[in-house]
Amino acid sequence: MAVLSPTQPTHRRGAAGPRPPRRVGFSQRLGRWDVKVSPYLYISPFFLLFALTGLFPLGYTAFVSVHEWNLLGGQGEFTGLENYAAVLAQPLFWKSLVNTFSIFVFSSIPQVLLAITIAALLDQNLRAATFWRMGVLIPYVVAPVAVSMIFGRLFADDYGLINELLGFVGIDPIGWHTDRIASHVAIASMVNFRWTGYNALIFLAAMQAVPRELYEASVIDGAGRARQFFSITVPQIRATIIFVVITSTIGGLQIFDEVRMYDPKGLGGPDQDWMTTVVYLYDVAWGNQKNLGRASAVALLLFLLIIVIGMINFLITQRIATSGPKGAKTSRRRSRRVLAETVTTQTSGSTAPASGAAASGPPLPPTFPPTTSITDREDRR
Amino acid sequence: MLNSTRPTRRSRRVVAATAGVATLALALTACGGSDDGGDDTASGDEKITLTVATFNQFGYTDELLASYTEDHPNVTVKQVTAATSEDARNNLTTKLAAGGEGLADIEGIEVDWLPELMQFPDLFEDLADPALDGRWVDWKVQQATTPDGKLIGYGTDIGPEAICYRADLFEKAGLPTDREQVAELLGGEDATWDDYFEAGKEFVAKSDSAWFDGAVPTYQGMVNQLEGAYEDPATGEPKDLKTNQEIKDLYDQVLAASVDGELSAGLEQWGEDWIAGFQNNAWATMLCPPWMTASIEQNAGGVEGWDVADVFPGGGGNWGGSFLTVPSSGPNTAAAKELAAWLTSPEVQTQAYENANTFPSQLDAQASDAVQSSTNDFFNDAPVGPIFSARAQAIEGAPFKGKNYFAIHTAVQNALNRVDLNGDDPEKSWQGALDEYASLGL
Repeated sequence: MAVLSPTQPTHRRGAAGPRPPRRVGFSQRLGRWDVKVSPYLYISPFFLLFALTGLFPLGYTAFVSVHEWNLLGGQGEFTGLENYAAVLAQPLFWKSLVNTFSIFVFSSIPQVLLAITIAALLDQNLRAATFWRMGVLIPYVVAPVAVSMIFGRLFADDYGLINELLGFVGIDPIGWHTDRIASHVAIASMVNFRWTGYNALIFLAAMQAVPRELYEASVIDGAGRARQFFSITVPQIRATIIFVVITSTIGGLQIFDEVRMYDPKGLGGPDQDWMTTVVYLYDVAWGNQKNLGRASAVALLLFLLIIVIGMINFLITQRIATSGPKGAKTSRRRSRRVLAETVTTQTSGSTAPASGAAASGPPLPPTFPPTTSITDREDRR
Repeated sequence: MLNSTRPTRRSRRVVAATAGVATLALALTACGGSDDGGDDTASGDEKITLTVATFNQFGYTDELLASYTEDHPNVTVKQVTAATSEDARNNLTTKLAAGGEGLADIEGIEVDWLPELMQFPDLFEDLADPALDGRWVDWKVQQATTPDGKLIGYGTDIGPEAICYRADLFEKAGLPTDREQVAELLGGEDATWDDYFEAGKEFVAKSDSAWFDGAVPTYQGMVNQLEGAYEDPATGEPKDLKTNQEIKDLYDQVLAASVDGELSAGLEQWGEDWIAGFQNNAWATMLCPPWMTASIEQNAGGVEGWDVADVFPGGGGNWGGSFLTVPSSGPNTAAAKELAAWLTSPEVQTQAYENANTFPSQLDAQASDAVQSSTNDFFNDAPVGPIFSARAQAIEGAPFKGKNYFAIHTAVQNALNRVDLNGDDPEKSWQGALDEYASLGL
């Protein structure tokens, strides 16, 4: 900051040449800094921590991935994209991707559907509502390793509870550790057990923010419960759905603990039938190969994959209920357009109301349009 | 309007950036300031603290470690214990990779980690000391010696294998139950794997239980008797699995016994079904190093009839065992080496055996009264001390395990499990092992 203080006034003077020189008091200058710098300082801890624990490892991983790199031996020669080529040529990498995707489908989709249903039920007038609402969160409090150990016993092939129960009703035992799909279902059920309640609470919070008048109005219009759910609740919590879908996708593509704990070796069984990509990554880096370079390449490929699937997700969830009524939540692009219109109408001196969409939006504070017009311009540059 | 706002915005950005950099610098210096002086050298009477990192149970009690301070008043010994060997291994490799920062002065390691650690002998102090010649069984020293003669670890315990069996199940099947007679039944002095499997066929014909727990642990015992299973001991070069007839023969032999002979319970060790199998009489015998007796006792609580026979097919066999190493990055390597030598002395290891049943690798410790007179009540008061000493003597040497040993071993293990656990076709599964070997790119 010391560096800056001399340049600041020069700037000022240079820009405003003809204006008579004016003494600016230090406290005044301090005040100006406070206004300009403080917001950045307030948010800086997150970004500094993120740079240290997120951005730096990300960049370093990219650096490692283009080198020969043994976990113990350290950096070797620069190899360019050889690690990526080697990883892409490994059948096991592709198998792990298929496993990951399969477990993800078995976990994320039922999880979101189930969570939204539970949330809708919890949103009703229940006796001891807090009890039920906190109840669904209990599985989340249990450590994943503990969950895996309990489910490991349930899903044991020979002496497991589930196969015993199936035996009572005359169904042949399921090879939870021999059948590929069965193992995916078992692992997905651990993930679902842990995360459904958590997601349900997020949905519930969003549902409680839906204006009750909408429901009252729909009742007057003769809508039933189901109609209310699909025409009011779902469209109103769309932003939350997007959030939950994206976080559960990222989580679903990073399944690790459950697989590690599912069998004694934790590497996806003798045929790697349930080895996920993250476990594959772990095995490459810390298993027999100790090849950190290749593991970094896997990590970056997984990163790209998550981004791609996240985008697809986003596009799909965007489509959900676009026809629903717009309330407080308008899309950013739309509000920006509306604001731009408002600005134009204001600068042209007209006080005529803007479009209908703006009228239904939140009332704009007086200073709002000019500020956003700057950001708007900044975006366009 | 646009023009007049520009400079302000730029300067605002500069301020923000500077503020950010300044805060970062502040944070970094704060981190750097927390260094405590741990660089004192071991010379003279300076007070030093030595840490010993172990896992599971090495048998070193606080009183035992405190007694070292009585003889060396300037040294305080502290032990850090990891819950599992896997935790300890991750901790060790991660810190070695980071340049040794945060490692203990003495790090305990398992014999299976040696192939990877021996690739980087410079990370560890050379512990070779003529004064200690003849302290350990020869092959224990050989395991931790690099090709150019550097000793990177002092041996603590070993895992000479015997056969543990269920006398009650033997009785029901009309087999002898007495441990000497069982040893004879399984082939006695020069028992072979065929003898063991033949006895198993006799057993399973008259019993509902299987003969052994799984193909992989049995194969483990067999492959450990080959001098160079997957690699050429002279050069360390991996042998092509496709043309490795020795391994293919063992593979066929153990699967013929497991699947065709129906001797295997088809369980994977340490799995939930395996643990439950102890209570469900799933199998009657298993290969059994001293440390396995503790696992059996733990999982088979309430089951009566376990016993140990002084016999092992195909000669002796070792499974597991640990070492103490001194990482070179430590500040007090000389003092640490001295402590490691003391910790692996016959006297201390005898005490460790009494504390935690870690069978000593030191000849004098094996011959000590404490070991020779020890029995195990869970195993029908079997004289485990003399039995395992005899089994240790039967071991001729340590198999060569190079840097690719475990990668290839895993491929074969997976192939065995596919047949034994999943019921795949043996030939198809072997092809899978060959594919896995090929993808290692050796």
